[in-house]
Amino acid sequence: MRAAVVVFPGSNCDRDLAVAFRAAGIDPVMVWHKETSLPDGVDIVGLPGGFSYGDYLRCGAIAARSPICRAVIAHADRGGMVLGICNGFQVLVESGLLPGALMRNAGLKFLCKPVTLNVVTSNSPFTAGYEAGQDVVYPIAHHDGNYTADPELLARLDGDDRVAYRYADNPNGSVGDIAGILSENRRVLGLMPHPERAIDPMQGGTDGMLLFSAISGALETA
Amino acid sequence: MKAVVHVMLKPGVLDPQGEAVRHALGSLGFGGVEGVRQGKVIELDLAGSDAEAAEVEVKQMCEKLLANTVIESYRIEIA
Repeated sequence: MRAAVVVFPGSNCDRDLAVAFRAAGIDPVMVWHKETSLPDGVDIVGLPGGFSYGDYLRCGAIAARSPICRAVIAHADRGGMVLGICNGFQVLVESGLLPGALMRNAGLKFLCKPVTLNVVTSNSPFTAGYEAGQDVVYPIAHHDGNYTADPELLARLDGDDRVAYRYADNPNGSVGDIAGILSENRRVLGLMPHPERAIDPMQGGTDGMLLFSAISGALETA
Repeated sequence: MKAVVHVMLKPGVLDPQGEAVRHALGSLGFGGVEGVRQGKVIELDLAGSDAEAAEVEVKQMCEKLLANTVIESYRIEIA
């Protein structure tokens, strides 16, 4: 099992994400943003948190147009798995792999704290290890996590069971308390909270580990 | 030739930064400011001299990168 962790200038959660993949038995390879293809045999692409390209223009906007992202989009189009966390989620919506947009937090403040999330669906290779309706605690660390979607898109996300996580206590103004969503084929997950920062008791909790072991389980049976 | 692109949040999309500016203006004593919307102005220096062709190309730039058309609208001036 192999994961590619994309490194943009300004990524700062890339190594944490690699550690989390490795803890779940998935071999991580770091891939620089200027590469035009993914290494052979990559099962899942991880887009890490951070401030790619200094958040210039819009968060994730430049990264979404970088050479490696064309390869990531092709990987997703082939049915490959992609996990975008925080800035990675912003890259996913900017690239069009996930719908909607992420705007400045309603309170305008950068938020950095553990939050309680409700796992809305266990029907995905990312959330299969949780019970639907279960509460988990992951940290958040973002300035632009205010998820925005028009009513029609919201209805579609709800109707297709594509909301993966909702905030128990909405910190940033996201519509429908949405913290993470799935693609139509359920193989792409974007979320603002950081599961990779909740995989070891030293980090204050291990609720995020189940996400990485679910990915490894899904890849093993594939 | 210059192109100026104005990018604004679409009507109906809440602009938390504009709201914060409105509050700050109020606290400075500027009453009567009923709304503030904050956007971006992007200036492009273009090599060509065909204004019509430039407008078509800048429109593509807006759609592909300069604006996020999910939440933003844009206006192009060619000068």
